[in-house]
Amino acid sequence: MGPIRIGMLHSRVRVEEKLLIKALTERGAQVEMLDDRQIIFDFQRDSWGRFDVVLERCINHSRALYALRLLHDLGVPTVNTYGVALVCGNKLETTSALVRAGVPTPRCRIAFTPESALRAIEEIGYPVVLKPAVGSWGRLLSKVNDRDAAEAILEHKEILGSYHHSIFYIQEYIDKPARDIRSFVVGDETICAIYRYSDHWITNTARGGRAQNCPVTEELNRLSVAAARAVGGGVVAIDLLETKDGRLLVNEVNYTMEFRNSIAVTGVDIPGRVADYVLQVARDPEALEAPALLK
Amino acid sequence: MSLAAECPECAAKIALNDDVISGEIVQCGDCGLELEVVRDGSVTLRPAPEEEEDWGE
Repeated sequence: MGPIRIGMLHSRVRVEEKLLIKALTERGAQVEMLDDRQIIFDFQRDSWGRFDVVLERCINHSRALYALRLLHDLGVPTVNTYGVALVCGNKLETTSALVRAGVPTPRCRIAFTPESALRAIEEIGYPVVLKPAVGSWGRLLSKVNDRDAAEAILEHKEILGSYHHSIFYIQEYIDKPARDIRSFVVGDETICAIYRYSDHWITNTARGGRAQNCPVTEELNRLSVAAARAVGGGVVAIDLLETKDGRLLVNEVNYTMEFRNSIAVTGVDIPGRVADYVLQVARDPEALEAPALLK
Repeated sequence: MSLAAECPECAAKIALNDDVISGEIVQCGDCGLELEVVRDGSVTLRPAPEEEEDWGE
């Protein structure tokens, strides 16, 4: 039996991809880089059967989503699965999955017109956070403090944005300490977590938030694994918010997680753990639980 | 670092690691532009793709 053959679907080769290549090759796997700007899918001809598993590391959500869909239909195991990308890549889908699974998450409403969105905002009460359903790295988030701001932002979204921005995702604003929590789940285990500190209410490390180790308590592990299962499992990063009265709420789930700032502070070999999981899937694809959406 | 390539924006010489691979992003120390490595026999640099709306993790 030859080495396990892994396709790494990517856009840029960032620190994370380099660390994953190293971890996989150190474990004896053969890694072929698949640039999402170059690949072509042929519906009538399968040229993907040469891979035991494809590890998805695209930056573009749309490319990742469609590539995973096609690989799924071709029977190629992927990390993560199409179902996970579908749910995590869209905040509406994520919140719906979390609520269905009974995972605590901030109050959230969806509306389709500026008028109904304004009503939804005022039902929740100011301040609220408006988010694009698809988007990442804390971009285009709006903290809306009063009706004047709400009216202005809703009008701007409707007129300046694509229709996509008129799917109004409205979330209760959580008055958290100057930090949030990001936990890393691989399979059925929370392997580590960080606090992301920032003086700004947006704490993403992509926006300058500082990382510090966060102990994985029993509650944090339980919630993180529950959130991961709710979206279909695999390798995911969970964003959690702490409320003033001591509750933890799951805010978002990321399916192509960045982790460069979290290895040193947690002391956990995140790429190594991801590589082990990917190899496990390659050896036993049946162990991958099919997301409910595809059953 | 024995490889070198030229910044397409400002022509600065940029030193690269021997094991650099296509798709890696480097920043020009002179003009600050983000550059993508293209390695196909020779090593060249081109401006890195601009951030798009659905980029993220």
